[in-house]
Amino acid sequence: MMFATAMLSSQTAAVTADVALTGTGEWVANGFFYAMAVVAIVAALRMVTTKNVVHAALYLLVVLSAVAGTYIILGAEFAAATQILVYLGAIMVLLLFGVMLTRAKIGHESELDYQQRWLGALVAAGMLAVMSYSLWEAFGTDKLPVDQTPQRTQEVSDSIFSTYIVPFEALSVLLLAALIGAVVVARRD
Amino acid sequence: MFGAEETIPWIFENVWLVPALPAASFLVILFFGKRLPYKGAEVGIAAVGAAFVLALIATFTWIGDIDNAEGGDESHSEEAAVLRVDGSDGALPVVLTAEEEGDGHGGGPRGAPIVTDVEWFGIGTDANQVTLGAEDSVATESDGASSGFGISIGTLVDGQSVMLLFVVTLVSLLVHVFSTDYVHGDRRYTHYFAFLSLFTSAMLFMVLSSSTLQLIVGWELVGVCSFALIGHWWEEKPNSDAALKAFLTNRVGDVGLMVGMIILYFAADRSFDIVTINEMAVSGEIPTGTLTIAALCLMAAVMSKSGQFILHTWLPDAMAGPTPVSALIHAATMVVAGVYMIGRLYPVFFEGFAIAGSSLNAMAFIGGLTTVGGGALAFVQRDIKKVLAYSTVSQLGYMVLALGVGAYTAGMFHLFTHAFFKACLFLGAGSVSHACHHSFDMKADMGGLRKHMPITFWTFIIGTGALAGIPPLAGFWSKDEILVGAGVFPGTGGNGTYTIPFIFGMMTAAMTAAYMTRVIWLTFFGDYRGHEKPHESGPRITVPLIILASMAVVVGFLNMPSGFVKALRLPEGWAHRFEDWVEPEGVASFVGEENDFTHAKPSLALAIIATGLGITAGLAVWQYYQRLYRIDPKATEYPNGIASRNAVVGAGHRLLVEKYYLDHLYTGIIAGATKGPVARLANWINQNVLDGIVNTAGRLSVGAGQLVYRFFDQAVVDGAVNASGRTAASSGGILRRIQSGQVREYATLMFGAAAVLAAIFIFAV
Amino acid sequence: MFLNQFLFLAAALFCIGIYGVLVRKNGVLVLMSIELILNAVNINLVAFGAYRGDIGGQVFALFVIAVAAAEVGVGLAIVLLIYRNRRSIDVAEANLLKG
Repeated sequence: MMFATAMLSSQTAAVTADVALTGTGEWVANGFFYAMAVVAIVAALRMVTTKNVVHAALYLLVVLSAVAGTYIILGAEFAAATQILVYLGAIMVLLLFGVMLTRAKIGHESELDYQQRWLGALVAAGMLAVMSYSLWEAFGTDKLPVDQTPQRTQEVSDSIFSTYIVPFEALSVLLLAALIGAVVVARRD
Repeated sequence: MFGAEETIPWIFENVWLVPALPAASFLVILFFGKRLPYKGAEVGIAAVGAAFVLALIATFTWIGDIDNAEGGDESHSEEAAVLRVDGSDGALPVVLTAEEEGDGHGGGPRGAPIVTDVEWFGIGTDANQVTLGAEDSVATESDGASSGFGISIGTLVDGQSVMLLFVVTLVSLLVHVFSTDYVHGDRRYTHYFAFLSLFTSAMLFMVLSSSTLQLIVGWELVGVCSFALIGHWWEEKPNSDAALKAFLTNRVGDVGLMVGMIILYFAADRSFDIVTINEMAVSGEIPTGTLTIAALCLMAAVMSKSGQFILHTWLPDAMAGPTPVSALIHAATMVVAGVYMIGRLYPVFFEGFAIAGSSLNAMAFIGGLTTVGGGALAFVQRDIKKVLAYSTVSQLGYMVLALGVGAYTAGMFHLFTHAFFKACLFLGAGSVSHACHHSFDMKADMGGLRKHMPITFWTFIIGTGALAGIPPLAGFWSKDEILVGAGVFPGTGGNGTYTIPFIFGMMTAAMTAAYMTRVIWLTFFGDYRGHEKPHESGPRITVPLIILASMAVVVGFLNMPSGFVKALRLPEGWAHRFEDWVEPEGVASFVGEENDFTHAKPSLALAIIATGLGITAGLAVWQYYQRLYRIDPKATEYPNGIASRNAVVGAGHRLLVEKYYLDHLYTGIIAGATKGPVARLANWINQNVLDGIVNTAGRLSVGAGQLVYRFFDQAVVDGAVNASGRTAASSGGILRRIQSGQVREYATLMFGAAAVLAAIFIFAV
Repeated sequence: MFLNQFLFLAAALFCIGIYGVLVRKNGVLVLMSIELILNAVNINLVAFGAYRGDIGGQVFALFVIAVAAAEVGVGLAIVLLIYRNRRSIDVAEANLLKG
């Protein structure tokens, strides 16, 4: 995990120097992004290490909000709004119910992790290393288009209901199946 | 055959209806079957009946076209028949005259396949605008290959597929009717009929497939249905084990099927089209070496599907399924899929194995080995269905042998006749067991049944006669043609001199009669050994038996040698009807004279010798049991027979009889696949083979031979089936520890492996 | 703005999520970690959508959110079932796959 943070902060330094040459708008956006990134990563790290189940849920809340922030920077407002509505509004509540119904301790619990944590950390760090290397090789210092306009909600809806209508319908069926499946699985009988 | 101005008969363009009907019935039974008054059986019977009617129409249309082509085009019908006889006139009593196919090029092509393809989907092809509504491209000869990478789905109608349409729909219809009584009151009655429908549909789909891809799909579908129906009574462990065994063994062959088809796809210039592949194989555009490799791969598939030695072991176990299923799937139709596939791609095998002018090849040898090995095992079974199962193995070996020696028509004809008389025998066994309170044990629960169930008895006798090759029943004609086709007997000619397959074939002719006599005696003669009084079955069981038995009597006359026809002063046109209908002639997608494809000449002497051998063997067995009966009417074997007096014979006999012994071994290895099966296998070899060899050392005998044979059989098959499991397990205790059941640990391994693999790809590429 | 800054953030979240899945014993916490992984994927989708000027990236991010909702629903149902049968949601105890 240290590796990940170090990698990111070195990246931060390099990028900040580069971006200084461009306009103020980008300065602001970049500053906002790095703030969000740091918040997301720190909260995520806390989420997977905390000894308190409810705290973990709350950290997840923070990560999700920060991710919604990055969507806004990328001009995906509708995705950001959905992220907040669905994730923060619905999924988080569901997870908290899960915590409650399974009577996990609210408060400290010493036995939340496996003993061999290092193995998981090793695998995660290995994946991060491989991914970072290949990302750098593939995209290097490619920039996002400067003149990009925000992708409007109308465009999103237009393409969902025209180009992507088949996946959309498939998704509806999936949701229905998941709903029935969840009821069947969790039903007491 | 059809010029551009001629229209294709309606039935050939719409022959897809035949498999579509049972498929629809499968869905209807599945969804509504339980609510219908007869629990879905009526839907299945109606659909298969309609399919049978369509198949009949197709059959007669085909026959009519062939006869017209012969008569109309060249004013050929009477003269042709005469011409054929001219080939060897005068020599009649010794050599039943054969036609000279040399006049084939004068007669023009006959029996060319009719392909009706619909583009299913394509990538990068122009014909990809509207996939569903794509126009039918009707090709008489060869333009079935699509440009670019397109996959088409369609039907291929020729003599071979029409013949199988007829067989499958007829036997399936009779089995459906039979089943309404036989599985009456079963806990999964509706489910049973749904799967019968699905099987029928899948089989017909496979039979009609116009591309190798479609063939594979059909092939796997029938495999799944076979699996489901063998395990119909899966609550009992042996049944589900048998189903699993059938499935796994077939997987081994399927690897060969896949590899072979892929080789052919690339070799035939990226075409899945069967006609194209065949044409390229005939014209030599595909190198012989490639064809040999492809044919060997496909042979593995044939070995598993059609129960050829060494992958045949699943077939006797498959008798765990309901008897009508055994009759339909494991005797008449599915197991001949391998034979059918050889026939479908016959040029590939013909060229690949260099059948012409040879004296032995892989196909003929495997067929010969199977036919003898299967026949030998049939002697020691107590279970009437197992005898029939090993007999099926043996007869399938006969068909493969026939195709292996280049006797295409003989192989197909044997497939045709075998379907009827073997289905008749299986259904007869079902009827017997129905009477004997669902026992199949001939020694414990049967005997003397001829007085109680006369219809079953007589149909069974007819089936047995046909199987044993007693003239004039169906099996006589087809078996004789195969023996002739080996080309060894003086004056028969043929595609080569296949001495070893011929000897195997003759041995089987004798063995078949012998073991079937044993079955007849144990089941229908002697005194009844069961407990409750047996009774004749109802009409829904006996009527299919009678129909099948009459088919077993008459179908043999479809392919009489012309010399025979002449001797009896029958119309000349009656000779070789089956060959005319089924075997294409002068067609670019089938081997012709330019590939040294010839027909053997039937020989009266050979027919007499083979039949005499069979009858002698049968009479010997009959005498054996007759003497036994005089000692003790209820006995099934001599109290102090040779098996108990002679240690060697005893050892061989015991190994053959003890089928539980083999089952133990099989399931033991499957269950122990993750617990060091190599050690077990070595141990087993020590315990059984080495001891057995020591015990029998110095005495060459049938018993010792069969001992080794039996072991090799089991060990190799099991080895192949379990190869993948064993590879992982035999690497020892370290790997075994990984199997902790902890999903988390599996996930760790998976992600770790993914990271390592990704790194390899990134840095190595 | 660089494309890579988003991709690196996503990679980091993804790996943290993997770590969580691998080391957490509590079933609910495993589900939360999976949400983290899905979010990382979403960032990638949206970032590539912006990079290529293609609305599809955002659309599929929305689809992933919907799938995630379904996944949590079924996942929690399974966790509840395990809890009801074993009085524990320690995924280490669910080891019926042991060979």
